[in-house]
Amino acid sequence: MSILVNKDTKVITQGITGATGMFHAKGALEYGTQMVGGVTPGKGGTKVDFDLEDGRKVSLPVFNTVEEAVKETGATASVIYVAAPFAADAIMEAVDAELDLVICITEGIPVLDMVKVKRYMEGKKTRLIGPNCPGVITPGECKIGIMPGYIHMPGHVGVVSRSGTLTYEAVHQLTTRGIGQSTAVGIGGDPVKGTEFIDVLKMFNEDPDTYAVIMIGEIGGTAEEEAARWIKENMTKPVVGFIGGKTAPPGKRMGHAGAIISGGKGTAAEKIAVMESCGIRVAPTPSDMGATLVSVLEERGLLEKCITKKS
Amino acid sequence: MNIHEYQGKEVLRQYGVTVPRGKVAFTVEEAVEAAKELGGPVTVVKAQIHAGGRGKAGGVKIAKSLDEVRTYAQELLGKVLVTHQTGPEGKEVKRLLIEEGCDIRKEYYVGVVVDRATGRVVMMASEEGGTEIEEVAARTPEKIFKEVIDPAVGLMPFQARRLAYAINIPKELVNKAAKFMTALYTAFIDKDCSIAEINPLVVTGSGDVMALDAKLNFDSNALFRHPELLELRDLDEEDPKEIQASKFDLSYIALDGNIGCMVNGAGLAMATMDIIKHYGGEPANFLDVGGGATTEKVTEAFKIILSDEKVKGIFVNIFGGIMRCDVIANGVVEAAKQVGLDRPLVVRLEGTNVDLGKKILSESGLNIVPADSMADGAQKIVSLVQ
Repeated sequence: MSILVNKDTKVITQGITGATGMFHAKGALEYGTQMVGGVTPGKGGTKVDFDLEDGRKVSLPVFNTVEEAVKETGATASVIYVAAPFAADAIMEAVDAELDLVICITEGIPVLDMVKVKRYMEGKKTRLIGPNCPGVITPGECKIGIMPGYIHMPGHVGVVSRSGTLTYEAVHQLTTRGIGQSTAVGIGGDPVKGTEFIDVLKMFNEDPDTYAVIMIGEIGGTAEEEAARWIKENMTKPVVGFIGGKTAPPGKRMGHAGAIISGGKGTAAEKIAVMESCGIRVAPTPSDMGATLVSVLEERGLLEKCITKKS
Repeated sequence: MNIHEYQGKEVLRQYGVTVPRGKVAFTVEEAVEAAKELGGPVTVVKAQIHAGGRGKAGGVKIAKSLDEVRTYAQELLGKVLVTHQTGPEGKEVKRLLIEEGCDIRKEYYVGVVVDRATGRVVMMASEEGGTEIEEVAARTPEKIFKEVIDPAVGLMPFQARRLAYAINIPKELVNKAAKFMTALYTAFIDKDCSIAEINPLVVTGSGDVMALDAKLNFDSNALFRHPELLELRDLDEEDPKEIQASKFDLSYIALDGNIGCMVNGAGLAMATMDIIKHYGGEPANFLDVGGGATTEKVTEAFKIILSDEKVKGIFVNIFGGIMRCDVIANGVVEAAKQVGLDRPLVVRLEGTNVDLGKKILSESGLNIVPADSMADGAQKIVSLVQ
């Protein structure tokens, strides 16, 4: 088991004929994801051919609209690599086509476009992950996004994060300790996004195959504090955390559109204090994320169950 | 992106937000000329820098004659203003706003922001004008009123009226205030603002509702559709290293320490600063070279880091995902050769093709200290710069 995606998830790529879309569609195919087609308006009826490293040749159909792509391929998920000025439209097209899951990798979408997208999505069935995120991976089954697949290993620890490379860092620290992951979810670094920490934590809590969770936050907003309070009230599984940006100066956007301390709010110190008061152990440095999880798993008697590969 | 108060007022005026008459001046002569044109009995001379707290720092003067305008303009132009937002080094005043004085009856606060929790635009208002809203929020949160705006219909007149009544705008001016708020909201949406703050909003003796100050910030992600806003950018207000970095699509922020950092990914870049600090060092910058770092980008990043004289050593921390470590290693070696590396360099590589990357570094003949983990790298660079 896992959350959001698995070996049966059928995925289309919006923006498949662009360099980024094509590169990552190939990476997903190589990982074993069921990529079933793509959408580029104006290129409908053509095909995109892939020569995979294992010698397989795959040809994916391209459609003009998401609606058509869904009808023809039976896709239930979409990944978006469309350029920022057009990405909000691409998300709404996918929502309109009633996909279950839309993962938007695109960075740099105007925040007011996302305000519109969120309003548009109200009452609709689609879950949006991102934008400005690395994607979602269920190791060994399905990789949707730009993360390096090979650092992951199937297992029982869920990872949820606002940062791409910090997720890789955490996953790497787990895998090298023999601890596999159930699913790793990058929710993205933008201030207005489709899915928040709590949404993912709920799914991990209900997933029988996830035994513990790493939650990686950063400065800006109060999503980590809200998640911490939710964890204290509801979570039956141990959660360890890390917050990036302890040394970030106030008022400066630290790369991510959402990573800014404004009006004295959203500091790392505040987040860490709330998380700790809610019983979440927070790694003192990014190098300690794996070790912190191990110590918590040991205390809870879960370490053996979480080690999926004995060295 | 930030702009000056006078530019913000000009933008707001286009949307029907009432602002005092005024003009920008770059010299003392221009200041006097502008005051003459305005012709009122009282003229306000306001220092224009991208920071709040100018009033308390002596950057706003009330002149009762042209001579006084001249005296204040002379005093302010070229002066380094230190406010609680500029940092101790302050900011030099190069522009003044010369504005007509007005008969203030009472000051209020109105602000528009994007609220993360609701994913909506929110308008906030308070009777406590002139005070920083954070201070009001901390001391008397019950005095801040909020309206969450549905993007499908925009700020509705009833919401604007409700805010105006809540903050006790005189009842004969409620409709004027509501019109002001609607215009402010329209400007916020139309120009892709991230913050629009009117502090204070004033009602005057002559029955006007106007913006006495205006702070507009724009969403940098949306600037592609606002070429007119890019023209308002004042490069004097930005760090030259940050300007240089933005030309190469590098995300760079200057800090006060002595350890230069080069990292891929914003989260990892922040965490790298944190771990340097954890081991007793001080980061000199935040720098995200991005996922698709090329040799050219890495070289530029090195140049920018080394142009900072405070930098005594560099820590490169790369988690190669899609980006292969050998490509990064080649970039680092090439860049180090080009810029003539004269300070200690610690490199931590992890991820795709890491062994090849490490081999390239060790065979380069350059004095590069390899690190096995973030913690190892941070400790090494901290001890090397001591």
